[in-house]
This record gives sequence, structure tokens and C-alpha cells, in this order.
Amino acid sequence: MAVMPFAVAAERELADGQLRANLGRATRTIRDKRARVVAEVADWEPMRDRAAAVKDEVLDNLAELLARFEAAAVAAGAVVHHAQDAAHANAIVTGLVQGQRAESVVKIKSMATQEIGLNEALEAAGITPIETDLAELIVQLADDTPSHILVPAIHYNRSQIRELFARRMPGFTATSDEPAVLAGAAREYLRRTFLAAKVAVCGANFAIAETGSLVIVESEGNGRMCLTLPETLIAVVGVEKLLPRFADLGDFLRLLPRSSTGERMNPYTSIFTGVTPGDGPQRLHIVLLDNGRTQVAQDPVGRAALRCIRCSACLNVCPVYERAGGHAYGSVYPGPIGAILSPQLTGQDAGFNKTLPYASTLCGACYDVCPVKINIPEILVHLRQTGPKPVAERAAMSTLSWVMRDRRRWRAALRAARSGSAPLRLIARRHGGTLRRAPWPLSAWTAHRDAPLPAAESFRDWWRRTHEQS
Amino acid sequence: MRIALFVTCLNDALFPQAGIATVALLERLGHTVAFPAAQSCCGQMHANTGYAAPARQLERLTEAAFAGHDVIVSPSGSCVAHLRAHTALPAYELSELLVDVLGVTDVGATFPHRVTYHPTCHGLRALRLGDRPATLLRAVKGLDLIDLPEPEQCCGFGGTFALKNAAVSGAMLADKIANAESTGAEYLAAADNSCLAHIGGGLARHPRAPKPIHYAEILAATGALS
Repeated sequence: MAVMPFAVAAERELADGQLRANLGRATRTIRDKRARVVAEVADWEPMRDRAAAVKDEVLDNLAELLARFEAAAVAAGAVVHHAQDAAHANAIVTGLVQGQRAESVVKIKSMATQEIGLNEALEAAGITPIETDLAELIVQLADDTPSHILVPAIHYNRSQIRELFARRMPGFTATSDEPAVLAGAAREYLRRTFLAAKVAVCGANFAIAETGSLVIVESEGNGRMCLTLPETLIAVVGVEKLLPRFADLGDFLRLLPRSSTGERMNPYTSIFTGVTPGDGPQRLHIVLLDNGRTQVAQDPVGRAALRCIRCSACLNVCPVYERAGGHAYGSVYPGPIGAILSPQLTGQDAGFNKTLPYASTLCGACYDVCPVKINIPEILVHLRQTGPKPVAERAAMSTLSWVMRDRRRWRAALRAARSGSAPLRLIARRHGGTLRRAPWPLSAWTAHRDAPLPAAESFRDWWRRTHEQS
Repeated sequence: MRIALFVTCLNDALFPQAGIATVALLERLGHTVAFPAAQSCCGQMHANTGYAAPARQLERLTEAAFAGHDVIVSPSGSCVAHLRAHTALPAYELSELLVDVLGVTDVGATFPHRVTYHPTCHGLRALRLGDRPATLLRAVKGLDLIDLPEPEQCCGFGGTFALKNAAVSGAMLADKIANAESTGAEYLAAADNSCLAHIGGGLARHPRAPKPIHYAEILAATGALS
């Protein structure tokens, strides 16, 4: 994908009426469902506080908890690897797959493997990655990229999916676009794949330091297949996925399904620890992925982004995401969380990242729904303040604050604005006092709405006339 | 009570009616209003656009301008939210002052019009104004308050967002306008003239849409507007 600033990409996506309809309908459905099931939980707010505190504890003690996790996992029979960055992680996984002489791997939906571009790396090594999550499979069959963290194919409707299956899925003959029919066809196709697979690749929703366990939360049962059938299982796990204690898991298993899919309980929750002879995978490799995380953890404001449990509630309530769609963010992490995560993980100067902190009105809907209370608007502002800025804007903002810092300059500026805009007021009278067309750069404003003009008398002049002169 | 008015830079320059209405309302309720002339901007615009240093200077200037005032009111939810987050000033949004501090919900206004109310994001989520503005509006004589569909949806203003992401901002505005038009109201009221400049600028292009108005002007009104 070409590097474009968010605004340009969003404008392109906005022009797609079908996409807007699909997204609007889907996000509204999920966010209404979420609101209903969250309202049922009396202790939702204290639970959010506890979850945020547990995640902060992880970030405060990352090295120590990682060591504890590794010791417990190794004791249970797993092999633990440490990957500094994406290339390192891809090399480890590719090497492990090649070691098993496997030509393909089955995959459980995983943001970490998307973040590192594992599928592309495996393909480059001649290994076929097969996504087994229905929506990921749709996106993979379409040679597309996901546009949502939890619902990667949210930008497709069912008739588009039927058409895609007819073109790309071997053996697909159905003419109906009923969800059950489409899911049934995918299940048939995947079942053959599961039974033949020698290696599975997964991520993890949580990694328990105390016990060395990994936790995977999924809704389709495809994960259960991947976790139990192949002889070799490779988990790529971001280091921030840790929870200190097994007892911490309870709150998160209540918060996550209600926040993500609006379900009271998650359908398939797998908790597995090491290797059990004769039962399930006999080789478990855990690749602990840093890829910028320990550096983000050093930023006192920005680090809260690492609390994220990838629920997507912030995407579903974001008015900008709803209109722009996930692809406009140019990152595997779209929406409000992506706007604070991508620039921190991959650099504020890089491509889309420069514009992502501005892809928000700071309306705060994301913060309200975040199950781990990430103050996304605060971090967006923080990234704006620490990131690169246009030279002309910097000059304008600095002049404006200089004018505003002195009451004589401010009063003079108000009067100058008033007299300078006097001719415009005559033109604007036709439209009830607002300006319909303004020259650049204000044309960006008047392209979508009329512009207000300076008042004929400023408030302070009114005050002086009515309250200070006797 | 002696109440200091933080009118905000935007109202001072572009929408003095909101400040004038706030003064008229508080004086009608028997209070004394002060206007410290050293005030200009709270720093919100600079902070949210990414300019922390000038924002801090303006926050300190605002603190100095209002030093010694025990109660400060502002007809802007977002500016009060900024002051609350970045200064120690006792600043209240107008409906907070009226309902929480002065204990009044019927301010003795008359406004015989159909009105719909848009709860702006900072009022809704930063200040948690809740039903305070609606409670005040419902007590206005002659006023017919009509619910706005999807009230919690942002209008798409977002400060420089309206310029930097003009297309998305325009799409959000179009939905807000459609919802406002569907109410059949004569006026769309809100507690923040920044959002209203954006929404009102869009409404101006729809001849039968409601007219934008700051709710302070409704609370100050004593009769029909032409």
C-alpha cells in the first residue's frame, strides 16, 4: 500500500458508499450490543480500574514477570524464544516451521503475527500460511488486508463474501448468502486443512507469569482445532500480554467478551500450559515479541497504550473509524487504539504515523468504553505535542499565542479582525451572516460548512461600553 | 454572588452573544458579574493541536487573570474541561454553576420555540454535564424540547480536525445535520460555540434546518426571537 496521510486515505474510503453502509451498520450493531451487556454488570467500573491496575503492574515489572513466565513455561515443557523485532520473530518462526519440514501452517487469528508480517515472511520462504478464522480467511482469499482488529472483514457484506467464495474457495458451490451456509462451506474447507496440518501458529490473549500458561479467546472453535491437532504449536506473544497471576484472569475474561463482541461469555476459551505427553501438540514454542514495546513502556503518558487487550470497543464507537474504515489508518492496528499504538511502536515520523494522532476529534467515546481505561484522547494529544508539525502551522500558533498573551495586543487583533472582515460581512449578509466561500487555507472549512465572521463588536468592547463607562 | 466570567477567546471574537447572554442571565438572577480583562484563551486550542509550551503560557495567564475569584463561569464546556484538567481554577460550565452552585433550574426565561439540544462531547464525556442543560431548558416557559437522535455522536468539529480531516469531518457533520433536521426543531442548542460554529455553518446551507443557538441565549431570553 502506498504511503498516504490519513486524511487522503480516509477521503478515498469515504467515497465508497457500499463500504460506508457496511461499516455503519456493523459498528452500530456491535456498539449497541456492547452497551446493553455492559450495563448489566454492576461492578463494571471497579473491574475496569482493577484491570488497568493489573496491566500497569505488568508494565512496571515487565522484565521480572517475563523471567517468571519463561521459567514456568519451560518447566512445563515449552521452549521460549525472545524476539527483539519483527524480522527476528519471523526468522525464528520460519526456522521452526522448516525444522518440521512443513509446507504449510494453520493459523489462529493473531494481531501479533499481523504486526510482524509473518504470513508474508512465511510465503517468502515457500511456506503457505492458512488463516482459519472465518473473517481472516475471507480477507486472505480476497488478497485484502484486515480493516478491524476483531472483525477483519467488517468491510464486506455477505453477498460480497458469497461472490468471493465462489471465485476463490475450492469446491464452493452454494448459491445462498445465508451466514450459516457461508460458514458451513468455510468449515468444510478448513476441516480438511486441520486434519493435514503439522504446524499451527497462534498468538495469545494473555500469558500468565505465575503458571507459564497461554490463554486464547476465540468464537469459532477453529482455534481449538489448531491448538489440539497439529504436533507443533508456535505462539507469537507480545510481551505486554502478561498477567502476573492466574487469579487476574477472571476480570479480563469478563471484560473482554462484553467489550469486543458484546457477548456475556466467550464461546471458546483455551488455557494451556506447556506440553502433555500423548495429548495435544508435543512441541510448544513461545516467541516473546518485543518489537518496540519495552521502549513504549518507558513513556510515562504513552505507555498506557500497552494495557490494550485488543477488544476493539474503541473502533466500534469511534465516529472517525466508522466513516474512514480500517484501511485508512495504514496499519494493522486501526481506529483510536491504532492511532496511539502505531506511531509509538513504529515511529512518529514514519508514513501514516505522522497523521494518525490527528485522526480524531478527541470526542472521548473511546476512553469511555475502554475496558482497561486507556485515556486515548490524552495520549493522542501527547503524541501531537511530541510529534512532527508543519512549519507554517508552528509559526501561526506561535504568533497567535503571542497576541493572546497581552490584553492590548489581543484587543487590537480583535478590532483588526473586525474591520478587516467588514467587506466580507456585506457579502455574508446574503447567507444570514456566514461566509460561504473562503480562500485557502480556510477553504478546507468552507468546503463543508459556512464560516463565521468576527462579530461587529467583540465581547470585551461590549463589556467596556455597558459595564465600565458611566 | 460575585461570579467571574471567562468568556473564551472564540466567544470574545466571534460569538459575543453567548457572553452577553451569560451576563444578562446572571444579573437577572441577582448576581454580580466580573470580567477580568487580562483573560484571552485557556490554551485548549494550542494544547490539542500539539503545542504544549504556548498552551502552558496561556494556562498560566488565565490562572493569573482569575486569581482571587472564588467562582468562575464559562459558556463553553470544552474550555472549562481544559481549565479543570490543567489549572487549579474553580471554573464551572454555565449549567454546573446554575444547577450545582446556585441551585436553580428555572431561570425565569421565556422562549416559545421548538428546540433540540446537542450535548457536545466535552460537556457529555469530560464534564459529565448529564441532564443539567436539558433540565434548565425544560423549565423555560414556552419551550418545546425535542430529543435529538444519536445525541452522543460527535459533530465532527474537533478543532483543527475540521481542517486537517475535512472530508471525515464533513461526513460526520452531514449525519448530525440530518438528525437535527429530522427533529423539526427551529433551533439547535448546544453549550459550546466551537461545535456550534461548525454545525451552524453546515445548517446554514440547509434552508429548513434548525438555526444554531448557544443555550445561554435561550436561558437569557424573555420572549420569542424573530
